Amino acid sequence: MRSSARRAWEWCVGILIRAAGAAAIVFVVLIFGFLLRDALPVLRTTPVGEILAGRSWLPTSAPPQFGMLPLLLGSLYVTAGALVISVPLGLGAAAFISEVAPPWMREILKPTVEVLATIPSVVLGFLGLLLIGPWLAEVLNLPVPLFAGLGSLMLAFMAVPTIVSVSEDAIRAVPRALRENSLALGATRWQTIRRVVIPAARSGIIAAVLLGLGRAIGETMTVLMVTGNAAVIPEGFDGFLRPVRTLTATIAGEMGETAYATPHYHALFTIGLMLFIITFATNTIADIAIRRSGGMTR
Amino acid sequence: MSALPRPSPKVSQAAAFATLWVMGAAVVVPGVAVLAIVFVKGGRAITWAMLASVEGGLLPAIAGTAALVMLTALIAAPVGVAAAVYLSEYARAGALVRLVRLAIVNLAGVPSVVYGLFGLALFVTLLQFGRCLLAGACTLALLVMPLIITASEEALRQVPSRLREASYALGATRWQTVRRVVLPNALPGIMTGMILSVGRAAGETAPILFTAAFFSLTDPFPKSLLDPIVALPYHLFVMATEAPGVAEADKWATATVLVALVLALNLMAVVLRARLRRGRRW
Repeated sequence: MRSSARRAWEWCVGILIRAAGAAAIVFVVLIFGFLLRDALPVLRTTPVGEILAGRSWLPTSAPPQFGMLPLLLGSLYVTAGALVISVPLGLGAAAFISEVAPPWMREILKPTVEVLATIPSVVLGFLGLLLIGPWLAEVLNLPVPLFAGLGSLMLAFMAVPTIVSVSEDAIRAVPRALRENSLALGATRWQTIRRVVIPAARSGIIAAVLLGLGRAIGETMTVLMVTGNAAVIPEGFDGFLRPVRTLTATIAGEMGETAYATPHYHALFTIGLMLFIITFATNTIADIAIRRSGGMTR
Repeated sequence: MSALPRPSPKVSQAAAFATLWVMGAAVVVPGVAVLAIVFVKGGRAITWAMLASVEGGLLPAIAGTAALVMLTALIAAPVGVAAAVYLSEYARAGALVRLVRLAIVNLAGVPSVVYGLFGLALFVTLLQFGRCLLAGACTLALLVMPLIITASEEALRQVPSRLREASYALGATRWQTVRRVVLPNALPGIMTGMILSVGRAAGETAPILFTAAFFSLTDPFPKSLLDPIVALPYHLFVMATEAPGVAEADKWATATVLVALVLALNLMAVVLRARLRRGRRW
């Protein structure tokens, strides 16, 4: 009797734990489902092409216009700028930490980068808004203190730790033997890093860049606070020096004053759905790349 | 270009390493400088009265954030740790595990504002919690779930398999082994993950924007789980962008308290982890 009760208990616990294991899948499906559910009213009435390529985002005018092109391009500008800054810097720093820095310095640098990754995005937005934006506008003689490039700069700040730690893991996972063979053939340490180690860590480095991209495109509070929030289509290099509005900032900035179940409400969910699809694709590709680079768990 | 002679490998190595040193510094120095600026500016602005007073002070925001992150941890921990137990102790490698891991990676990558939308649609609207502490905590619990699962799984996997084998040899079942042998040994590692996720939850603004936070100076304390709360990150956001006539010193003080809280939690986790690595010899 006791042993059969125990077996029943064991069985129940096993079921519960397996259910918790599957929970992650359920959560992803739930998030997608709820975004789609509240995006559908807009998707039904407006063709997707019109949403993606529409040039004006006027959600409260009559009739409302939900052209997301300005927002998409705004996100693209800010994110591209952030990657231009953070990818070379992040990869260089990762190569430095794993291959060049003396061991004691590595022991300090790695945790420092990890700690920097935890600075809340609202604090970075606050600094950009109060300090860095006005300062840059004065130094560069810009007409406005809040602009796309400032968003890129602050986002680069957030993406760098991700890029450093993922690509550092990838570089470190390159087998010692490869380095030693290269050095034994008479290559210098730099030649070894450039021609052997970095190419061998390629998949992991691609994953690092993609994860940094995902982080940058999904970042909300910082861009909401520092990019000036003007839903205009950015053009040329000048676009970096003018205010823009990103996808994320639109949701965060407008949902607060939007009534439930209005077209505007559903349009914001459509943006959310689009963001979800973009980050889902980026993260899935990054995950495949990481797995290919040799069984790292993160 | 062709007029320049190709530099010798030694010269190009020196140049490359110098560049890498600069890049290493460029990643760390601005970050540390930012923290220094916040602490210096905020340190000057913070007064005891401000921290402890209700009206115009930070006490409601600190209390609100504390309540929010504790409830978040309470909701996320059972599911997160159980999921980690599944991955480390119960699952066999296969398509399902592969799918679970992919889902975890994607959960970690969902933009925080999208979590906010999801919380608004499910907890606030469909389940009719309204904009409140509970809805915010549920939303944040989802956001920190991947962090808890990953950290706990790592902690569980570090428990040597001979401990499990010894337990089985004594006739213990799988769950008995997990509960009496594996989990107690992995507990410090799991705690590290919990602290990290509490630190993450404390700093997040976008997920609580439409699910939990409000700005109030008159009635700031939640009386039940279904009341909205004043939270530090949202408080800072409103002070910095919307509220008119806020003294600059108050803004810096709020930023400093938030950064100090998040940093303290993360440093605690780092120290705990370092001690774990040094202290445990199986």
